[in-house]
Amino acid sequence: MNRQGRPTTPHAAANSAATGTLTGNRGLQMEEALLFEMGQDGRTGVDLPDAPKVKDRLGGLRRAGKIGLPGLSEPQVIRHFVRLSQKNYSIDAGLYPLGSCTMKHNPRLNEKMARLPGLGDVHPLQPVSTVQGALQVIDTLAGWLKTLTGMPAVAMSPAAGAHGELCGLMAIRAALKARGDVRKRILAPESAHGTNPATAALCGYTVDPIPATADGRVDLEALQAKLGPDVAAIMLTNPNTCGLFERDIKKVADMVHAAGAFFYCDGANFNAIVGKVRPGDLGIDCMHINLHKTFSTPHGGGGPGSGPVVLSDSLKDFVPVPYVVHGKDGLTLVESGDTKSFGRMKSFHGQMGMFIRALAYMMSHGADGLKRVAEDSVLSANYVLASLKDIMSPSFEGPCMHEALFDDRFLKDTGVTTLDFAKAMIDEGYHPMTVYFPLVVHGAMLIEPTESESKDSVDTFVNTLRGLAEKAIAGGENVAMFQAAPQLTPRRRLDETRAARSPVLRWKPGSNGAPIDKAAAE
Amino acid sequence: MRYLGLTEADRRDMLETIGVSSIDALFKDVPAGALNPRLDLPPHQGELEVERAFAAMAKKNVSPMDVPFFLGAGAYRHHIPAAVDHLIQRSEFLTSYTPYQPEISQGTLQYLFEFQTQVSMITGMEVANASMYDGATSAAEAVLMAQRITKRSKAVLSGGLHPHYRDTVATLMDQTDQPHVAAPVDLAGNEDLSTLIDDQTACVVVQNPNVFGHLRDLTSLAKACQAKGALLVVAVTEITSLGLITPPGAMGADIVVAEGQSIGVPLSFGGPYVGLFATREKYVRQMPGRLCGETVDQEGRRGFVLTLSAREQHIRREKATSNICTNSGLCALAFTIHMSLLGEAGLTRLAEINHGKAVQLAEKLAEMKGVAVVPQAFYNEFAITLPKPAAGVVEKLVEKKILGGVPASRLFPGDKSLENVLLIAVTETNTEGDMDKLVAALKEVL
Amino acid sequence: MTTRYSKDHEWIRLEGDVATVGISDYAQSQLGDVVFVDLPAKGKTVDAGAEVAVVESVKAASEVYAPAGGEVVETNQAIVDDPSLVNRAAQTDGWFVKLKLSNKAELDALMDQAAYDAYLKTL
Repeated sequence: MNRQGRPTTPHAAANSAATGTLTGNRGLQMEEALLFEMGQDGRTGVDLPDAPKVKDRLGGLRRAGKIGLPGLSEPQVIRHFVRLSQKNYSIDAGLYPLGSCTMKHNPRLNEKMARLPGLGDVHPLQPVSTVQGALQVIDTLAGWLKTLTGMPAVAMSPAAGAHGELCGLMAIRAALKARGDVRKRILAPESAHGTNPATAALCGYTVDPIPATADGRVDLEALQAKLGPDVAAIMLTNPNTCGLFERDIKKVADMVHAAGAFFYCDGANFNAIVGKVRPGDLGIDCMHINLHKTFSTPHGGGGPGSGPVVLSDSLKDFVPVPYVVHGKDGLTLVESGDTKSFGRMKSFHGQMGMFIRALAYMMSHGADGLKRVAEDSVLSANYVLASLKDIMSPSFEGPCMHEALFDDRFLKDTGVTTLDFAKAMIDEGYHPMTVYFPLVVHGAMLIEPTESESKDSVDTFVNTLRGLAEKAIAGGENVAMFQAAPQLTPRRRLDETRAARSPVLRWKPGSNGAPIDKAAAE
Repeated sequence: MRYLGLTEADRRDMLETIGVSSIDALFKDVPAGALNPRLDLPPHQGELEVERAFAAMAKKNVSPMDVPFFLGAGAYRHHIPAAVDHLIQRSEFLTSYTPYQPEISQGTLQYLFEFQTQVSMITGMEVANASMYDGATSAAEAVLMAQRITKRSKAVLSGGLHPHYRDTVATLMDQTDQPHVAAPVDLAGNEDLSTLIDDQTACVVVQNPNVFGHLRDLTSLAKACQAKGALLVVAVTEITSLGLITPPGAMGADIVVAEGQSIGVPLSFGGPYVGLFATREKYVRQMPGRLCGETVDQEGRRGFVLTLSAREQHIRREKATSNICTNSGLCALAFTIHMSLLGEAGLTRLAEINHGKAVQLAEKLAEMKGVAVVPQAFYNEFAITLPKPAAGVVEKLVEKKILGGVPASRLFPGDKSLENVLLIAVTETNTEGDMDKLVAALKEVL
Repeated sequence: MTTRYSKDHEWIRLEGDVATVGISDYAQSQLGDVVFVDLPAKGKTVDAGAEVAVVESVKAASEVYAPAGGEVVETNQAIVDDPSLVNRAAQTDGWFVKLKLSNKAELDALMDQAAYDAYLKTL
């Protein structure tokens, strides 16, 4: 029961007048039907030649009947998706302070490089002699990652952060097995991302939570008490999900190693220390790196990501296949035959498109610029913390790292919840911060401004939050405004309860133009 | 530095507001000696310099644009309409996050709903999720899902399953020492998996068309699974095939997993791609991955939200259906747009062209001495046997500026029986001239 | 019959040999709108403290533990068909399962109404 205070149906009282236009459009905000409601037979958005006249060799398995896909022209398709795009918030449109997600600027140079002929269009199974440049991209990126983290090896194939976690735990399991050791427990702080316990469970481990101290760090005494011969690893995010640097991290590493266990560091928050601190100097054994956070590959509405994992000497022999090595005729791929490797995690060699983008970002910044990234992201977060600490309620003493954590004490007895506060930000033109995570503080608001923002932009943001906090604290009529928010968006609060109780997960023939049950929503 | 927003004056002002004298004071919790290491990396560069470096690397590769090209084996070269790449680069799609705030994410949510619908339709299934990393990880997740549903552990893997899929499943199952039975490699395309199904079997995973190109009717296998209480998982690596052939849903599949790359997603040396995942409605709460559902907003207007998220890691933590946190958002968008452009008529025509050209090339190759086309029934890819090892032949073809297919030994290293087997894929991008060049070059090489 | 409570917020009420189990009104209010309930098969035997059902709301998922051990003799289809019944009537019509207890003495370890009310005040 971890999201207390987050209503999942709209406030009953908070209704306002409907749009009042004939079309339902509001100026540039266009209503848009589903593709399936606009299609017509005999229309298409592609021109293809006639198929060769041959006797088919389908073995009698030709599809019977229609698929049901709608027919649309190219202008219809373009207009449809442009209209949809206009219903989204984006980094390119405004500050996106989503804590723990590192919504930084996504350079367009990255996109251009990923589409170069010879990079964007090569096949993963071409003979290695014909893809030396592609292997060089992987190898060069691997080199940057190893140098920036101070670690001797990196597994490149994991497809996302959570996939990287899986890679790390698989390597740990393989290393334990190689020494004839079977261990069953993983320790993780209560503030951990949900992926940590979920990944541990996938690998057959039970998860044992470690409590935090009053200042938001791992409780060393509690950790010592939990360590034992059945502990395989600790999974610790650093900087942690409260936005704090784990100042006892080297002690944690020593304690974990003394117990024969491994130290998995969740690198989700690497942006705070990139170029500034090498995790390898802190005693960790492995860490995933979200290229879509620290290294600016686009979030794309939820992926694709990429999660390479750096590994210590004690784990590097167990890397997944495939990996790139330097051979006598240049670079080559080891795809099989490595008996120590724990195996394969996905098709082919990893998220090449993301590697190119991340490397373009790194080369653009260089060592000097990456250090500046960490410094500016930490500076901006502390500036937000310092500017709002008198009116909102910071959960911990500063300094913080790249994100500032507040809780809902400043909203106590106002009738305004964290969710209401977040939704009011939307009407002010901001994407809300991360809310209700981490779970260790009540009504959490986790703000990560990133290094991409100018001071003017951060100042405007801070002033907006201050204004909203003043309104909430003043109460009275303002409360209804918060509860009704957002009012200026393409859609207002949505009924999540209804969506989950009777799931409608696809359009079906016959539901075309079905009237929406307005009464049920009110 | 062009991507950073603060000036030196800004930094000084901000430090003053914070009340510290230097930025390093904000890093006071970092252990002594670990701050500001010397990094042996080059300094920052302008766009022009970075472009030059990448152009040099790109030039070292042979682009499929420049040579006759016949590679497949799980990743296929197709033409992508210009509108697809234009639309996915719109800021509002490219630079937005997971749609956790639905009021300002209806664009992403609606296309996910449309994607789920398209995937359900082409696979012939009732529901689909909002995508996974790729086809192979979808297959691994399908096995875990079948274990949850059947409360059994064993997975039977077809000998025609792409080895990357087989190995991805095996790696995940090995973590918890779950049994899996990989059937012998099925070059002939006549394996009978029903004998391997017992009352401990959670699922059978079979690929159609399989890795050697064989197209098979899976109806009797579905019945054999059903009789033993096991689920049938069907993997599809070439999704355009479903424009022409009977979908797995119509053959009795319980879960369909697929690689969606062929629709809208460039080859990009193997990733990122988009895993498709579809199943029956009754299993939806055991399905992994993100799901988008229809609902209404407080004014009663139709809208979309992420739903059934109590299955997922951010709420369920160690009891989640999967540890997966992302989908393959932008690739799913590319798929949705390309599929919208194709429509019923376009997808059907595209599949007819792919199949027709593959038949043409198969017939040309079958006439060559010492060459045999392995599958009788296939879609756009087929194995051929050569009189000598295929890997060497492919290298010789490279010298003749032809990328001539994938030697089976690349996927099944060490398997002597497959040494002379070459996998050849043909798509709408191949011209008749390409095919003639391949045939002529093979005649010289063999 | 008296109702007893576990620290995990399940209630149990014994009538004859058979005890009815559900989640407390406090538990449903913390979960928020219940959207899905997964009940065990009839005939399943559970120990005290073992998971007997799962309840999901939009924002949380929770296991329901058996406050005492026994055999599942009946399950409440009504909450499967209409999960909102758990919110509306958690301690009456929104019950989860009926257990034929293997050891009635296990009930003695649970809280009565007064003790549970006091326990809630400490949370």
